[in-house]
Amino acid sequence: MSPPVAARRGGWPVPDPGGLEAIAQALREADPDCILGTTHVNGRAEIQIEPSRNVPVLEWLRDRGYTFLASLHGVDYYPHEPRLGVIYELLDMREVDRVSVKARVSTDDARIASVTFMWPGADFQEREVYDMFGVEFEGHPDLRRILMPEDYEGFPQRRDFPTGGEPVLFTHNETDGYGADR
Amino acid sequence: MSLLSDHRKREESVTFSSEPAGMGETHELLTLNFGPHHPATHGVLRLLVTLEGEVLRDVKPIIGYVHTGIEKTAEDKSYWKAIPVVERMDYLAYYFNAMAYCGAVETLLGLEVPPRAQYLRVIHLELNRIMSHLVWLGTSALDLGAMSMFWYCFRERETILDLFEMSSGQRMHTRYIQIGGVIEDIPAGFARKLQAFLDEMPRRADQYADLLEKNEILLGRLRDTCPLDAETLLGLGVTGPLLRAAGVPWDLRKAQPYSSYDQFDFKIPVGSVGDNYDRFRVRHAELYESVKIIQQALNGLPEGPHIVDDRKVTLPPRHELATSMEALIHHFKLVTEGFRVPEGECYYPIEGPRGEYGCFVRADGSAKPARVHMRDPSFVNLQATAPMVKDAYIADFIATLAMIDPVLGGVDR
Amino acid sequence: MSVFADVNYFEPWWIQILKAILIFAVIFGVLPILTVYERKLLGRFQHRYGPNRVGPYGLMQPLAEIVKFARKEAFRPTTSVGFLFHLAPALSILTAVGGLALIPWGGVQNILGTNVGLYGIDVSVGPLYVFALAGISFYGILLGGWASGSKYSFLGSMRAAAQLISYEVSQGLSLVGVLITAQTLSLTGIVNAQRGMWYVIPQLCGFLIFMVASFAETNRAPFDLVEADAELVGGYFTEYGGTPFVAYLFAEYVNMMVVSAMATTLFLGGWLLPFGIHPPGWVDPFVVVAKMMLFMTLFIWIRATLPRLRYDQLMSFGWKVLLPLATLNLLVTAIIVVA
Repeated sequence: MSPPVAARRGGWPVPDPGGLEAIAQALREADPDCILGTTHVNGRAEIQIEPSRNVPVLEWLRDRGYTFLASLHGVDYYPHEPRLGVIYELLDMREVDRVSVKARVSTDDARIASVTFMWPGADFQEREVYDMFGVEFEGHPDLRRILMPEDYEGFPQRRDFPTGGEPVLFTHNETDGYGADR
Repeated sequence: MSLLSDHRKREESVTFSSEPAGMGETHELLTLNFGPHHPATHGVLRLLVTLEGEVLRDVKPIIGYVHTGIEKTAEDKSYWKAIPVVERMDYLAYYFNAMAYCGAVETLLGLEVPPRAQYLRVIHLELNRIMSHLVWLGTSALDLGAMSMFWYCFRERETILDLFEMSSGQRMHTRYIQIGGVIEDIPAGFARKLQAFLDEMPRRADQYADLLEKNEILLGRLRDTCPLDAETLLGLGVTGPLLRAAGVPWDLRKAQPYSSYDQFDFKIPVGSVGDNYDRFRVRHAELYESVKIIQQALNGLPEGPHIVDDRKVTLPPRHELATSMEALIHHFKLVTEGFRVPEGECYYPIEGPRGEYGCFVRADGSAKPARVHMRDPSFVNLQATAPMVKDAYIADFIATLAMIDPVLGGVDR
Repeated sequence: MSVFADVNYFEPWWIQILKAILIFAVIFGVLPILTVYERKLLGRFQHRYGPNRVGPYGLMQPLAEIVKFARKEAFRPTTSVGFLFHLAPALSILTAVGGLALIPWGGVQNILGTNVGLYGIDVSVGPLYVFALAGISFYGILLGGWASGSKYSFLGSMRAAAQLISYEVSQGLSLVGVLITAQTLSLTGIVNAQRGMWYVIPQLCGFLIFMVASFAETNRAPFDLVEADAELVGGYFTEYGGTPFVAYLFAEYVNMMVVSAMATTLFLGGWLLPFGIHPPGWVDPFVVVAKMMLFMTLFIWIRATLPRLRYDQLMSFGWKVLLPLATLNLLVTAIIVVA
């Protein structure tokens, strides 16, 4: 197995490691505690941030040119702690430059500020992350389950949620309902 | 009983922000439930619509009716066995789903896809794009009342599906794109059939234009209806033809070329106003551009292997199994356990028929992906429905929904 | 007998009854064939065969379908208004069939020593009678949509009401030109007045307005907003199934036939043939039917080709284009006739 290559072959530009460090450094100067680290692997530039500071960091990045929120999704890092990750894939359309921002929260206190006021398109995606991972987005206008039924319990995309753990609702042998009196 | 009423109670939390002032005493708005089974929603999309007469005041999409947990299922399969389930997300863009997923895994593996495989991928991706646009064109025309278009478009789509069947053995969900390349080289006779299609398609597209774009009724239905400016669209995360119709020339094939798209000469159709007519024209113009790309890829198809020659990742050729012990071991290992991918994360975006298909894959070092997430354009674009159709007529709302072209398999995954 | 209108030709009562039965039987024999014709033709327009499984050329298809529809469970939504829900389709089909009585299939013929007019009745207010029935037939749609207790049906019937008002005015006005030129309201009289020249030539504008308005009156594409399947599922008949649905379906076809027959009678010279050809009297109904088929084919062709209008476009087209045109046509005709 070949080791991970440093830069993506035939890929697209992301900030080079130096550029990523420059961004992180500027962010640190604005707020010393907001950046937890940076990684630059596989052509993916990623900034790990303190979850409580996600809004100022994202605002800063947006003002710097990363205006488009391409995707917002959740990850479960079970068994590592803090388990849950919320990833913002930001895109600078003019420089064609992508940077990922990752905020890790624990399952006990899974809450993070919503970014729907910056990107209205985050609405559905935050609802999906809430639905699947149970991360609560504070300030979201309408935080409800989106894909799973409203009365569903549990967060199915978490790694400790078993596949096949969902009982199928067969009604054939039920005592009441259609067909029971035949 | 209590369960149901609870559910209904929660549904009442769906609020409508658009109650006009002065209403309530003598007037009230009509709330209409569009779907989940409605001819115009193209799937199981449910829309709570608030009407004032024929005019639509608010719309709330309610989704999740075909949620099948594909992302969860993929976590339970080895990397190359996850391709078929990933393909089933957006069921009109299966090559794109597979391409985004395979691209992400290839990036994590650091694989270099051979040029012939890249060209074959481009041919099939663009065929898929034409196919998806044809379904869109047919169903949108049907929604607008021009029902014959549906059959004309599906006639051409049939040719494409036949081509898919020829190259991969399947008409839909072909599982053609593999990690490291494509499953098989194109068979003899494929190029000739494809060429016949490429000669036919632009003429057919001309005919569609003659039938639709020169029709006063259709122009009246599409022009200046439900426009949305580029800034709002960008804020909503909308990509693809919808964004280009508003005048933003953003296409990942040009901006961040993948799979050797930089070697082809094609244009990005861009609209000006961002109304339904522009959306219609942009997609229609993309039919021609896709044909141009396929033609170039077919003419310049390089020689060489169709899949990367890395026995740790790709299945050995069938004939070697009978003679080579090593090939048999590799085959056995791959089929039973699969291959392991070094720890890492990747977000691989590509330009699909509806916008940016971005596949996020997290590898934890095992033979199964720890997280597969598809950023599906239908899911994100659907949020643009409400801002687009506010204060429009019901008929325009239906037309706009058709122009947004959500595929519910992709929305719900 | 002349309380309501003068009837131009009087026949023995048993001939009247025979004629009524004959017209009814023939029309309801032809109707299913017409549905096959539409589906076959649509199929050909759309690169497919259309029905071809049941019987030769799929001719038995409607029979199979009628059996299917008749055996459907009769149900209605709990929110529906029972009496009106059942009355509405009956109203629709009855008024549609009533229009058939007016159609002149031919002149007065001597059959076995009795003078028989090849029409149901020939009243002196022919077109008005047809309009009256068309007006009532919309009650079928309105009541059906309202009594269904469904919002889709309700929206469909709202559209129907607006469409009726907008287009019946223009349709009526477009005819007045013909009536002024023929100087009679009797349909046979109008046909006989066209011996020199079919009114389609001097009244071309009126003819076109009449045709457009007819499409709207019969709720056919591109004016099928009332049932707009992509928007309102089925419009006013969303909640109907089984035989009431067939009643609505047949009412639409009968309306198409009546409108085609009216266009034939008023503009295409009814049973007259051009170039001074005078076939024997028994050919007359076939001439009328042939001309009607022309219009029916046009109806189907348009349905296969054109997209649907939007509600406001339908309204503005009716009031801002058709109505002024029809009025202008009427004025010009009146001036020419008087001068």
